[in-house]
Amino acid sequence: MDSVHDLGGVEGFGPIPIEADEPVFHDAWEGRVMGMRFLMGFWRRWNIDGNRHSLEQLPPSEYLAMSYYEKWAAGVVNLSVEKGLLTRDEVRTGQPAADAEPLTPPVDAAGVLAFLPKGRPADREIDAAPTFAPGDVVRTARHMHAGHTRLPRYLRDRVGEIVLHHGAHVFPDVSATMAGDAPQHLYAVRFDGREIWGASAEPGHSVTADLWESYLVSATSA
Amino acid sequence: MTKKDHHDHDHAHTLLPSDPVLRAKALETLLVGKGLVDPAAVDAIVDTFSNDIGPRNGAHVVARSWSDPDYRARLLADGTAAMAELGYSGMQGEHMVAVENSDQVHNVVVCTLCSCYPWPVLGLPPVWFKSPEYRARVVREPRAVLSEFGLELPDDVEIRVWDSTAEIRYLVVPQRPAGCEALDEAALADLVTRDSMIGTGVAMNPETS
Repeated sequence: MDSVHDLGGVEGFGPIPIEADEPVFHDAWEGRVMGMRFLMGFWRRWNIDGNRHSLEQLPPSEYLAMSYYEKWAAGVVNLSVEKGLLTRDEVRTGQPAADAEPLTPPVDAAGVLAFLPKGRPADREIDAAPTFAPGDVVRTARHMHAGHTRLPRYLRDRVGEIVLHHGAHVFPDVSATMAGDAPQHLYAVRFDGREIWGASAEPGHSVTADLWESYLVSATSA
Repeated sequence: MTKKDHHDHDHAHTLLPSDPVLRAKALETLLVGKGLVDPAAVDAIVDTFSNDIGPRNGAHVVARSWSDPDYRARLLADGTAAMAELGYSGMQGEHMVAVENSDQVHNVVVCTLCSCYPWPVLGLPPVWFKSPEYRARVVREPRAVLSEFGLELPDDVEIRVWDSTAEIRYLVVPQRPAGCEALDEAALADLVTRDSMIGTGVAMNPETS
């Protein structure tokens, strides 16, 4: 979806807010929110792509005004209500509903510490052979769709070169809706700065992004 | 539309207290009360990311790559496997690619769409990495952004910006500084800053570290 989360190339922002000796968490509540959002994912009512989409769906003014962990808190509440883990009344009152069904025990500390070194790999085996190979020239799509997508606006309808083939990966545009993994081949595609930004581009730079096969068409000249 | 209808269309998060501290407290009370979250598991996550998972892990990888040519070759060929050799793997680092700086090429990493970051080797990202300023600007004016970090690169050095749009996570391998031939791996790792592994800095010189 076209919203303010898609920040690449947006003009008008000021200096980078660099902070010396920055702590991991600026306040204890940030760590609690980080932990809760992480743990709520274990109910598998959503996945990492749906998680990202929940932040993208915040109104643009809120998205830009909220700190990172404020967005996380908002996203986990919105997802929990949307997916039936919480009701609006429970959020409003701060108490579980009297008739709330008991849930199976949540993941415990040992469970989450055992999970961290494994994670959730996104690569999948598929039968289809890759359409592209490193060295191929491709053009990106002009627009994807109104849901979750990982083709940034600044790289739409641009010509680049395949530099890496990562194998097949879960396709976020489908996965975000919990409609399945729909894996596709994934490539690192390199774009020259002048191709993206025109003649005013800074000298000597490129941007490389990881893009799925359905975002790309061949642009290799015959 | 009645007022109630309108209210029900608002995002649920607007029903929480507006103060961030109270909001987090209210959320934890509710999630724990409903049996959705074990507070001891939250403690474990906070403790792990505060104390165990951070940029010293990545510095270990870089120092090994500087001191062991065979390891360097494995790291550049398969970052995921080479980092797992040293015990760094998993969440938000399931698929790792190491990109090495040289006299000709300087790499820098961003996530313009959200805040993707290689947790197993760098921990949680700093605020600036997640900021709209960095995400918007580094793909468009990388030299101007790097100069704000105190890094001025000659025009003949190619800057490669990596936008983490999928589940691939990139670790920049900075150049090994001159004059550190006598240092062991642990001393080399002390030269490797977090920013040098994102690409917004370079490794420290031994005499200034």
